[in-house]
Amino acid sequence: MIGAVWSKHSRWVLPVAAGIAFLAFWEWSVAAWKIPKFVLPAPSLIAMAFWNDGPSLLGSLWFTTRVTVVAFLAAVVTGMTLGVLFTLNRTIERTLWPYAVVLQVTPVVAIAPLIIIWIGLDRLWLALLILAWIVAFFPILSNTTIGLSSADHGLKNLFDLYGASGWKKFRYLQLPSALPYILGGVRVSSGLALIGAVVAEFAAGSGSATGLAWRIIESGNMLNVPRMFAALLMLSAFGIVLFYATMWLQWALLHRWHESEVKREN
Amino acid sequence: MTMADGSVPARPLVRLKGIRKVFSNGTEAIRGLDLDIHPGEFISLLGPSGCGKSTALRMIAGLGEASEGEIEWPTAMYDSAGKPEREIGFVFQEPTLMPWATVFDNVALPFTLKDRPKGEVPDRVAEALKMVGLERFAKSYPRELSGGMKMRVSIARALVMRPKVLLMDEPFAALDEITRFKLNNDLLDLWNKQRWTVVFVTHSVYESVYLSTRIVVMAARPGRIVGELGVDAGYPRGTAFRTSQPYNDACRRVSELLDDAMAANPAGVDEH
Repeated sequence: MIGAVWSKHSRWVLPVAAGIAFLAFWEWSVAAWKIPKFVLPAPSLIAMAFWNDGPSLLGSLWFTTRVTVVAFLAAVVTGMTLGVLFTLNRTIERTLWPYAVVLQVTPVVAIAPLIIIWIGLDRLWLALLILAWIVAFFPILSNTTIGLSSADHGLKNLFDLYGASGWKKFRYLQLPSALPYILGGVRVSSGLALIGAVVAEFAAGSGSATGLAWRIIESGNMLNVPRMFAALLMLSAFGIVLFYATMWLQWALLHRWHESEVKREN
Repeated sequence: MTMADGSVPARPLVRLKGIRKVFSNGTEAIRGLDLDIHPGEFISLLGPSGCGKSTALRMIAGLGEASEGEIEWPTAMYDSAGKPEREIGFVFQEPTLMPWATVFDNVALPFTLKDRPKGEVPDRVAEALKMVGLERFAKSYPRELSGGMKMRVSIARALVMRPKVLLMDEPFAALDEITRFKLNNDLLDLWNKQRWTVVFVTHSVYESVYLSTRIVVMAARPGRIVGELGVDAGYPRGTAFRTSQPYNDACRRVSELLDDAMAANPAGVDEH
């Protein structure tokens, strides 16, 4: 009885207990070894920073969230659209594929200054959006392209047999076949969008950018390490939410039929 | 040739005339194939791998053109582009189901693809599922079914449009023997009730004799017909038929035809 209750709750009891123990040790060691707060602030100080700077940090989080989510959605739409075009027309694929690859392999930090100059500091959010989009877009494009061309050969024959139109083949065969691939791309891309947004903010430096990444730099310059920690924690909390949101999406769309989401008893 | 009931049919449903098929890699899969398929027949195309039996079946279905010769549908309507209105159902060696769709949606697929009025679909799908004994599984997904049940779904999908001809490409080859016997019997029961025409590709002598009214034996390199045999036994056929004298005689004669076919091309060496 106790064993059953324990195994049911151990999944969250253990990590939470470990976390509390770690925080307690951290709090104690900072005081015991007299570590300066600009090197390693105590957890209580970070909590204070949350309390004091919370509202303004949340404003910055909102800025970064908007850039990330809009860039991510734009990447999903453009990546899928281009992927579909590539599958429909080999000429378009041959023409544009090399440029998509160039966009992918060029490090975003290196392009950032150029894009920011082109767009202008008065529209920095747009520059950040473009930079995050560049990073997030490629996995969706490549996964859509692979997914759409990986429909089962027997099913293709079956669709031909019943004289299915091109649109019906796309709608009822290629798109569902590609879905697991596309969702894999979506998961990778959501994380990359956040990385892209943060890197772009770093590259942009000051100006009108008021995202979390900029707050981290700013706090670092002012040696306000507790606030730096608070901003960092917010950033990773957002990353975790994003990760689980896409994981949930994948589960919701695939769990009835796809191997990757099916639980087996052996 | 005669029908199972002794009558001689006037016009064949499908007529293959001098069919030759050469693949793009130069392989000659079929040469000089002539075959009349009559309404109500259960024909087996029997032969070793590479004899072109599956290729012939797929050409009847309209998957792939013949390099020479013609496939005629004397009783079918032809559309303005000169294509026959083939009323066929096709069952592949694999169940070939859409894993993302329920059993119901899989069976309804021909309606989805053909733009037929949607009103009658639920009834027709229910009817087809009842025929194969899966009426309780309409909402299941393919992964929840056994291999034999998946094949039943595949057969229901082939029957849902009430085709005149059911084309089956080694449909039970991947199943275990017990399941295969069960599906053989259920298929025969269905056919005996409805009497559509069946063209059944197999490499099993026993299966072809058990099921068919007529067996067409083919040889490889190039694929051609080397003989045929009517199986006179009536229907329904059951376990007793599997141990009867006519069954054994037919199996022996078909085996001899196959042996002759192999002897004509002993090492399987290409003749040109």
